[in-house]
Amino acid sequence: MHFGLNEDQTMLQDSVRRYLEDASELEAVRGFAEGDMSLANNLQDGLLELGVPFVLLPEALNGQILGGLGMGVLEAALIQEQLGRHVAPSGFAATYGMAVIGLREAGDEDWLSQIASGAAVMGVGMTEATGGREGAGLTLKGDKVSGRATFVMGAENATHFLLTTGEQLVVVERGAAGVSETALTMIDKTRHTVTLDLDNAAAHLVTGNNHAEAQSRMIDAGRVLLAADSLGAAAMMLEKAVDYAKDREQFNRPIASFQAVKHMCAEMAAKLEPCRSLVWYAAYAQDNVPDEAPLMSRLAKSHMSEVGKFVARTSTEVHGGMGFTDLLGLHYWFKRIGANRQLLGGPQAVREEAAKLQGFVA
Amino acid sequence: MDLNFTQEYVDFRDQVRGFLDTHKDQAPAQGDRSVRSKKRLAWQKILLENGYAARTFPSEYGGYGAEPDALKARIIAEEFARAKMPGGISGQGINMLVPTLLELGTDEQKAKYIRPTLEGEMVWCQGYSEPGAGSDLASLRTAAVVDGDDFVINGQKIWTSTAQFADMMFCLVRTEPDAPKHQGISYILIDMKTPGIEVRPLMTMTGFAEFNEVFFTDVRVPVTSIVGNRGEGWMVANATLTHERGMLGDPDAALSRLRQVADIMQNEQVDGATLMDNQVFRDRLLQLQGEAYAMKMNGMRLTTAASEKKSAGMAGLLVKLQGCELNHQIAELAIDVMGEYGMLFEDSPFIRDKGMWQTAYMFDLGLIIGGGSAQIQKNIISERGLGMPREPKPAPGAFKAN
Repeated sequence: MHFGLNEDQTMLQDSVRRYLEDASELEAVRGFAEGDMSLANNLQDGLLELGVPFVLLPEALNGQILGGLGMGVLEAALIQEQLGRHVAPSGFAATYGMAVIGLREAGDEDWLSQIASGAAVMGVGMTEATGGREGAGLTLKGDKVSGRATFVMGAENATHFLLTTGEQLVVVERGAAGVSETALTMIDKTRHTVTLDLDNAAAHLVTGNNHAEAQSRMIDAGRVLLAADSLGAAAMMLEKAVDYAKDREQFNRPIASFQAVKHMCAEMAAKLEPCRSLVWYAAYAQDNVPDEAPLMSRLAKSHMSEVGKFVARTSTEVHGGMGFTDLLGLHYWFKRIGANRQLLGGPQAVREEAAKLQGFVA
Repeated sequence: MDLNFTQEYVDFRDQVRGFLDTHKDQAPAQGDRSVRSKKRLAWQKILLENGYAARTFPSEYGGYGAEPDALKARIIAEEFARAKMPGGISGQGINMLVPTLLELGTDEQKAKYIRPTLEGEMVWCQGYSEPGAGSDLASLRTAAVVDGDDFVINGQKIWTSTAQFADMMFCLVRTEPDAPKHQGISYILIDMKTPGIEVRPLMTMTGFAEFNEVFFTDVRVPVTSIVGNRGEGWMVANATLTHERGMLGDPDAALSRLRQVADIMQNEQVDGATLMDNQVFRDRLLQLQGEAYAMKMNGMRLTTAASEKKSAGMAGLLVKLQGCELNHQIAELAIDVMGEYGMLFEDSPFIRDKGMWQTAYMFDLGLIIGGGSAQIQKNIISERGLGMPREPKPAPGAFKAN
């Protein structure tokens, strides 16, 4: 029994961290937030060199060699944590997390091989499967799909979108006839989401017939990855708060020596560190403890959302007025954590699902 | 990350289960905390012989002499909890004094005290806190003055649990009044039957006297009662504090308490709907469940760190603060969902769960304050865990009221 990371997992995380420390510097993130796509494009290439897109891809499926690493959601979560830590504009959670899991569970080796070759980068629209609003949702007639998919994730570099009608997973090509796209201006400018309006768009039906299960696994894993992203972002906000408090002097001493400030930092650390264990376990459970995977995903997502909000707010306060400015850029982390809280179901909605899973409510 | 147990541990778990199966009749009731009950003492003896109590203490002093193995310790705790059978006697004697004597006691002290303590025959209490020395423990003033072959002790201790039953006290006293405060303390062992000791029960808000005050008036104990040297008591006591922090709680305890609250919520009704049908209550339950699982997994991480003899760092430092707060909030939810029934107490008619939640809500608040208050925990977390500086010391008398 070993509850923690093994050597390979630690090395994987370290290599992604080292890469992002240089590649996803704050100035580059600012550029992306202001509309320059170069950082997202660089990360897409740089992460490919590290093999990051291949983490969840199987080595082979249905006799087709895909050349993936066949690792689990835990490894993906370790990568995502680093992306969150560096507020990196990457669609990894959707394009190489959720999409790969959905296609793998459905058993669609053809689309997976497109992903493996780099020919397809697949954004993911699962919002309606977690609670559609304003009548959004898709309907399929033959091989044409119509309707609206909101808050489609991974739009930074997507060439395709993996969407659901509720029962059927479909792929549409970005920019194809009948696919119109509305870019959303989010408070979090480190990632792109879009709303898609489809009007008799060509739908490539994903193979297999267990799509409900595939979709559940995608959403469960997606929520774990969002929790991991917030974990990384919140850990960085805590570190920044501690560093700032040690550096900033008032009344002739570092504010880090005032108990009022120390206790704010201690509260952040005390709430945040157990989240790391919960995220690890929820991620591990996706591949190793199927009975607990759906519940742990929901608890990790909702609990991390609450702790993330606390850390985002408290770290900003520790930074005083500077935390409120654009100069430090702290707000990129604050907003990233805020967006993760809303995506794929806010904490109240996700907890209600967890209550249903346990038979607490019909 | 690999949560499977190797064959050695699977076998060990079977062995523990087999033991519990064959010894069901000999175990006292799980909640039996009575000191010196024949059944508890007999049970302790069986546990010592089989390595389920004092497992890693040396066999020459009555322990089992096993290599420390955090996974086996966890398996034992899990299986005893599952069988609803009580584990070995715990308490400040076994948890704090014995490790200290093993490290710093004389051969004579080890021979005299360890075995009867492990067997539950000798009961200890801890004499640290004083009315004027709480968070600032090192400012303690109970004085011990050498007179011939004796220390003569005068002063007062407080928060002394089990003092009313105890045979002995391990106690911090000031022997070097002119030395700086941390260097003037000695750690001595006091027979509680010595003339001049008075134990008064200290009633708390729960309605029970969980603690005592202990008064010393010209209490004479031999100078050989000291552990370590004169003036080194702070260091000796900190050796035991390390052991206290090293104890691993049951990671499933909060979750099983939460399960009890869920049972109340599923079974009790208001106007024909269960309490669980109330979405506000349900959401609070689920929030606490997320937190309880996070703490459970944090506990698993601590077990792994302990089994590899590594420090768990922050994951260990936060346990007291977060664990006590979580338990308090679970009791708070239980009382809130009960509505008016939540205010019943003691032996009231219609009381739920024999009033355990009302007691827990108050007692858990005591635990948040005691054993290093929440604020002290936050100092420890920020200083040792985050490397933040200590609050500078003010000039003497700077804060004296006019």
